[in-house]
Amino acid sequence: MKYCKDFIVVKNETITPTLYILRLQYPETLPEIKPGQFVEILVEGEKDVFLRRPISIHDVDKENNQIALLVQVVGKGTSQLSKLKEGDKLNLIFPLGNGFTVMGKRVLLVGGGCGAAPLLYLLRVLKQQNIKSDILIGCKDINHLFSKKEYQELSNLHVTTEDGSFGEKGFVTAHPILNEDFDAIYCCGPTPMMKAISQYAKQRNITCYVSLEHKMACGIGVCLCCVAETNQGNKRTCVTGPIFLTSDLKDF
Amino acid sequence: MNTSKQLEVQIKDMVLKNPVMTASGTFGYGYDFEDFINLDSLGGIVVKATTIKERMGNPYPRMAETPSGMLNTVGLQNKGVDYFCEKIYPKIKDKNTNVVVNVSGSTLEEYVEVASKINTLENIPAIELNVSCPNVKEGGMAFGTNKDMTFKVVSAVRKAYNKTLIVKLSPNVTNIVEIAKAAEDAGADSLSLINTLLGMAVDSEKRQPLLSTITGGLSGAAVKPVALRCVWQVAKQTKLPIIGIGGIMNAQDAIEFILVGATAIEVGTANFINPSITEEIVKGMEDYLQRHNIKHISEIRGVI
Repeated sequence: MKYCKDFIVVKNETITPTLYILRLQYPETLPEIKPGQFVEILVEGEKDVFLRRPISIHDVDKENNQIALLVQVVGKGTSQLSKLKEGDKLNLIFPLGNGFTVMGKRVLLVGGGCGAAPLLYLLRVLKQQNIKSDILIGCKDINHLFSKKEYQELSNLHVTTEDGSFGEKGFVTAHPILNEDFDAIYCCGPTPMMKAISQYAKQRNITCYVSLEHKMACGIGVCLCCVAETNQGNKRTCVTGPIFLTSDLKDF
Repeated sequence: MNTSKQLEVQIKDMVLKNPVMTASGTFGYGYDFEDFINLDSLGGIVVKATTIKERMGNPYPRMAETPSGMLNTVGLQNKGVDYFCEKIYPKIKDKNTNVVVNVSGSTLEEYVEVASKINTLENIPAIELNVSCPNVKEGGMAFGTNKDMTFKVVSAVRKAYNKTLIVKLSPNVTNIVEIAKAAEDAGADSLSLINTLLGMAVDSEKRQPLLSTITGGLSGAAVKPVALRCVWQVAKQTKLPIIGIGGIMNAQDAIEFILVGATAIEVGTANFINPSITEEIVKGMEDYLQRHNIKHISEIRGVI
């Protein structure tokens, strides 16, 4: 079941001048949300923004019926979202997409930049199911590392930064944690990073899931704009995805 | 919802409880919207374009947002008419609304074959013929951009299809009235207009087009003035009932199309932004009639 409802902004936390975490209150009991699912946000007050903006769900607080979204400012729509204040209303269509398939006994999560957004809620669900996890985050510098405390509470955090300001200097693909044994890898981030991790997983015969960020209009499976090329033909990223097994994707 | 029949309209033999329909390619097969609205509250739904064989559609990227609109180049991705008849039709045939199938093809024969198969489906009261497709046997020119080709394809489908035949017109023509008349002369029962406007979007930083096929179809609020003009021109010069399409975002927009001569309307891109918009438009049209003390929607049809 999908819903189209108003949320209320509880908090808009600035991480960097282009990175924000929006905490939203749902006025009713939240329906079940799977990690990896996303919302379509109606952006109001910006005449150049016509379509909703798809944003992945960063975290879910079931007890308080709140969700958190990570917003990176890339254009006029996300810029407008970054200006939201406590008490503002926000209309969302949710929860959308398939979400991650939770499996295995020990898993690795790999996130790059703001693309790491869906991994926090995935860690919560993994923890609930007593699945051991490591999370490897690659980011520009220490300032771009969000939700560090939560990652540390829920998992073993490993970090690479491009400037060496935190963790290992360099990219996630060179991190030694990759040499350990895992039942599955969950990866979200820039496409070149996801492709590199997918190749690595393939070599080691590890099940690998990625979250695709394709341009979409409706988010509910009707416009057919966001298709991904799979071994079974073009599939809608918003319904069949955004989480795909890399073995199902062409070019991965 | 509307029990007083003040919004009831008729397109040939197809009775619509209200003029609000959905545009092909923006509403799936209807059931995708059942979390948000009651399909029975709509006058009709036009399901995705259906072709003789399965089509994979165009490569990604297929969409670009533009000022007050969007461009798409989906390329008629669908599983083909046999899949529709066997797998999808059973799921939608018992809805208490008019389910119209949008019929597309690359050759005249394909259109006829698809229309013949849909003709056998008892609970499909009408087809909408998408004549904006390129005719691969005639150099790739769209059927609907030439009056002779339009006449030929509509005549051929008319012989194969005996229920309500709606022809969806392309705005990418010099004289839309000429094409409308060709469709009327060939036996169309109704005209729906407009299909998307051919457009293009460019990424100046990457120095690349934003769509995989470079050009695509423009839809959304941006196209409404063009659509209103086309409906007004065609309504003045043909006798057929018209279904107005193009940039309808709310009830006021819908009423504007009725004022320029449309009998019914189709809501398209707005479904992507507000999945309950169709029901809201029905309600808004009822309110309009009440506010202006109008007994039946037909009283204001074509008054401009």
